Amino acid sequence: MIDFIWLALFISGVATAMVTGRMQMVSSAILKGAESGVDLCIGLIGAISLWMGVMHIAERAGAVAWLAQKLKPVARRLFPSVPPDHPAMGAILANMSANLLGIGNAATPLGLKAMEELQKLNSHPDTASDAMCTLLALNTASITLIPTTVIALRMQYHSAHPSAVVLTTFVASLIGTCAALAFDRFFRALSHRRQAR
Amino acid sequence: MSDALARVSEWMLPLVVSSILVVGAWQRVPLYQTFVQGAKGGFSTAVRLIPHLVAMMVAVSVFRASGAMDGLIHLLNPVLTWLHVPAEVAPMGILRPITGQGSLAFMIDIFQKHGPDSHLGLLASTMQASSDTTLYILTVYFGSVGIYRFRYALAVGLLSDFVSVLASVFAVWLISGMIQV
Repeated sequence: MIDFIWLALFISGVATAMVTGRMQMVSSAILKGAESGVDLCIGLIGAISLWMGVMHIAERAGAVAWLAQKLKPVARRLFPSVPPDHPAMGAILANMSANLLGIGNAATPLGLKAMEELQKLNSHPDTASDAMCTLLALNTASITLIPTTVIALRMQYHSAHPSAVVLTTFVASLIGTCAALAFDRFFRALSHRRQAR
Repeated sequence: MSDALARVSEWMLPLVVSSILVVGAWQRVPLYQTFVQGAKGGFSTAVRLIPHLVAMMVAVSVFRASGAMDGLIHLLNPVLTWLHVPAEVAPMGILRPITGQGSLAFMIDIFQKHGPDSHLGLLASTMQASSDTTLYILTVYFGSVGIYRFRYALAVGLLSDFVSVLASVFAVWLISGMIQV
């Protein structure tokens, strides 16, 4: 998939340039693009390091465990098929908390742990269970409190309000997550009805 | 009202960081040492991003400089105007669920052309931040436990990505309206 997109962007660009006669600009764009890719990443080091350091403190202070405790009643309602004291529930809660706190690189291993535990409850090991689908719905449209990379990039482009994006992101991702959960419910009901027939 | 909201977004970062530090101190976390330990990973994370961003920035630059981008925008404009989505962010919306680095490159492209504080810049930032790379997550999560029948998970992911785009437009309209008025 990604191969196709990359190729398509490139080839459609070059082909258009043949028609529009902008080959000169495309030729310099190739090298400029590569250069800005590196510049941006180097510029990101500071902000990413800062955030990873701060979040490490938050983790050590028990933020994930605390949030997991608070989310317990929500998770029980979202995952009715998972027994409340099964290890899968703990992993799901940790994954949700890490996502909410924006610790992306902690969220993925916790999510994979949750999948592993959910697989133990799964009666058809090659097919996604209801709970797995809900977990993925939550993860693909996760509520974000602090989008660090985007804030850091805004700073690099001299934004006057780099963190203005925090509010808009919170609103948008909240709506997105509610939509994801609603779609999940709808499709789940639909597939159960189909199975019953 | 306007002042308050602008101030909230200004105060957010310092307040969040300092409250984390205070809570950390309260819980007797060795602050400095823990910070340094965590921050150590920042360099490698950023450096690991370089090859991805180089690949995508090059492709996006070619796509933009050749005029293909303008053609695509022109083509999509009628449908998107109806949805109140600016056509400039359409390539981002399409790429966001497929490749996070690809949509990031388009976001940077919009920053370069319109500035991060413009309406488009804020919208692109929100779109990038408010959703995750659905296909990547599905592949990694299901792949890790050997599941190949996804049932409706892909449909749910892509539909909610579409809602996220519309929600971003709505959120930017709502917040920037509040800040300006």
